[in-house]
Amino acid sequence: MMPQRSLMLTLLSAGLVFGAWQIAGMIPVSYAFPTFLETMSALLRMVLDGTLFVAFGETLKPLLVGIAISAALGIGLGLWIGLSSWFDWLFSPIFIVMQAAPLAALIPLLVMVYGIGLTSKVFVVCIMAMPVIVLNTSGAVRNTPTPLKEMGRSFLGSERDIVLKIILPAASPIIFSGLRLGVSAGFIGAVLAELKITPTGVGDIISYSRSIADYPSMYAAIFSIIVLAVLFLNLLERLEDFLFEGNNRGYASDT
Amino acid sequence: MRTPASEIAVTARRISKNYGAVEALRNLSLDFPRGQLTSLLGPSGCGKTTLLKIIAGLLEPTSGEVEVNGKAVTGPGPDRAFVFQDFALLPWANVLRNVAFGLELRGIARSEREAIAEGYIRNVGLAGFEASYPHELSGGMRQRVGLARALSVDAQVLLMDEPFSAVDEQTRRKFQEDLLSLVQREAKTFIFVTHSIEEAVYVSDQIAILLPRPSRVSEIIRPGGFRNKGADQIRRDPEYLDIVDEIWASLRRYVE
Amino acid sequence: MTIHGYRLPAMSSLVLWAVLWEIVGRSGLTFFIPPLSEVLQTLFQIIGTPAFQNALQETVVAFLAGILAAVAIGIPVGILMGKSRLVDEMLLPWVNMFLSAPLTALVPVLMVLFGFGMKSIVITTTLFAIWIIILNSRAGVKQIDRSLVEMARSFGASPLDAFYKVYFWAALPEILGGVRIGVIRGVKGVIIGQLLISVVGFGALFELYSSNFLMSHFWAVLLVLFAMAFALSELLAHLERRVSYYAAKR
Repeated sequence: MMPQRSLMLTLLSAGLVFGAWQIAGMIPVSYAFPTFLETMSALLRMVLDGTLFVAFGETLKPLLVGIAISAALGIGLGLWIGLSSWFDWLFSPIFIVMQAAPLAALIPLLVMVYGIGLTSKVFVVCIMAMPVIVLNTSGAVRNTPTPLKEMGRSFLGSERDIVLKIILPAASPIIFSGLRLGVSAGFIGAVLAELKITPTGVGDIISYSRSIADYPSMYAAIFSIIVLAVLFLNLLERLEDFLFEGNNRGYASDT
Repeated sequence: MRTPASEIAVTARRISKNYGAVEALRNLSLDFPRGQLTSLLGPSGCGKTTLLKIIAGLLEPTSGEVEVNGKAVTGPGPDRAFVFQDFALLPWANVLRNVAFGLELRGIARSEREAIAEGYIRNVGLAGFEASYPHELSGGMRQRVGLARALSVDAQVLLMDEPFSAVDEQTRRKFQEDLLSLVQREAKTFIFVTHSIEEAVYVSDQIAILLPRPSRVSEIIRPGGFRNKGADQIRRDPEYLDIVDEIWASLRRYVE
Repeated sequence: MTIHGYRLPAMSSLVLWAVLWEIVGRSGLTFFIPPLSEVLQTLFQIIGTPAFQNALQETVVAFLAGILAAVAIGIPVGILMGKSRLVDEMLLPWVNMFLSAPLTALVPVLMVLFGFGMKSIVITTTLFAIWIIILNSRAGVKQIDRSLVEMARSFGASPLDAFYKVYFWAALPEILGGVRIGVIRGVKGVIIGQLLISVVGFGALFELYSSNFLMSHFWAVLLVLFAMAFALSELLAHLERRVSYYAAKR
């Protein structure tokens, strides 16, 4: 009963929004505002002739490479920062500033240094995704419940055992959600790179159809990349719930 | 009535512990007889958990020393096992792995440590829950897991930090009864931190009353007569009731 | 971090990094990193110039307008979602979606709809900031202790009184947390908007400096931007701590 109500309301709300979009397009509110159905048929055309998938492939390339680099580097660095007060002192400020700063402003510089190719785009993804991965990892490692660490020590665990068998597993839910936030920021970076540096992939469809005033295609491309990102992040969230079910429970406080 | 030295399992000698300017313990000395249960009882902030963690080797005293079986404590050792107030179970590991975890950290082979762990899981009454995860268990069952983990490393000294404070009243009573038979059955020395007067009098062979500001042992009480009367008789024994009253009388002025 | 018992202040390692920057810059390792001292000199030269003042003013105005809109719309919507189940179920999927969506993709739409100017940048800022403000306000209202609600009712508080004297204050720590994160996101949004629209504010300045390879000018602007963003986020965190002292004790 309850999940049905929720699903019904979601569908209703989607219907309302898309309906409003349709009507706004029919008025039209702007010459550059196509209806929902025009946009969907453009989307269908791009799906059928395969251009969309080619574009996704292009867009995802810097994203995946950037996320892989950020994850490996970010988790490693975060672990180090969380374990050593010296590294914490040295590196944390950099990432705290990075987290607050509008790093997108670095893009013109990256283009000067690395040109307009894949390298620059990967870098854009990395600078967007890294800070949250590092900060989540170091925070989670630093905040491992003291009783768990004391337990490891009192049962004579070695430093290595305590890190591998207690601290890392205890921190992994937060590290994983850091990765998810990193992917979300990485998507922002990947699209930004394609719009700002050189139009490739989905960014190319957006820029090109805008230049020839093919607004349905432009809106369809934007719609598709947002849906792709949201679906992918949702999948990660499900995976997170599945992997770490019960991991945050099991302490005395929630009996 | 002094206990002979060989009968003392753990000795704390002139322990002081400061956290910056705050004195947690000052010049505290206490003996823990072998094979018996000694309670550290006192109002909150009297440093009883600090003392227990110093004995465990988890904290270093500012001055003074702890000896276990005549050897000075420099850190955690195989002769002591700790039962934590909030259980400190690994939430991602099932009961079997949690109970065997102490042995796992000592590098015991998997099949061997799991066989040992299974025995203790049965002992604490958790047979059938080997594959359950901590979040699927009640607070009382979680603490049984913590207890089984401490028992399975077979240390001579068991350190228990308010082990029953996070479980409900009925479970707590059952635990106290089980603890009495555990003390009789196992030839181990128990050091037990609690803030419950009734609990301390019920389970202890020796009660050390700690008072705060500055922390010190104010009194040592050894309940005698009712210890062998059977678990269900203790709470109506006149001596039990007298001791409870007496302790409350000396503690009440330290309670805000 | 302590050395010989002396506690090094937080963030003090930035001094070390600044020295490293100076050394790398002086070593002539790469053309793209001029020495920090040179960047600072340039900073003092350009900070008074009309071009810089203009860019700064345009950015600040767009940012403030965007944040104001995000706060003015976001907090009431969030509170409404927290109080009404129907509204919540209708809006929550959208809020969650936009919270994690690559909003950069929407900037081209804003450009064709609202032109290559301030309006688009203001809306970009709002779009970046608003979702977390809504979500936190909602969470703030939802977490209000039932017994607090019952207390207000049992003492006969009118609905209006209950709202202004109990609900608002009980939800305030979460709301402020949302505003703080929203502001940080808004800073990123305003810069991303300017980069993509690149004829106004710092976007235009970046374009000018990078096409002329004026490295120390470029770094000087970056330094100002990052410093302002960081100071803003610290200031808000400080305010949040002052107002939310009771949050942890509920």
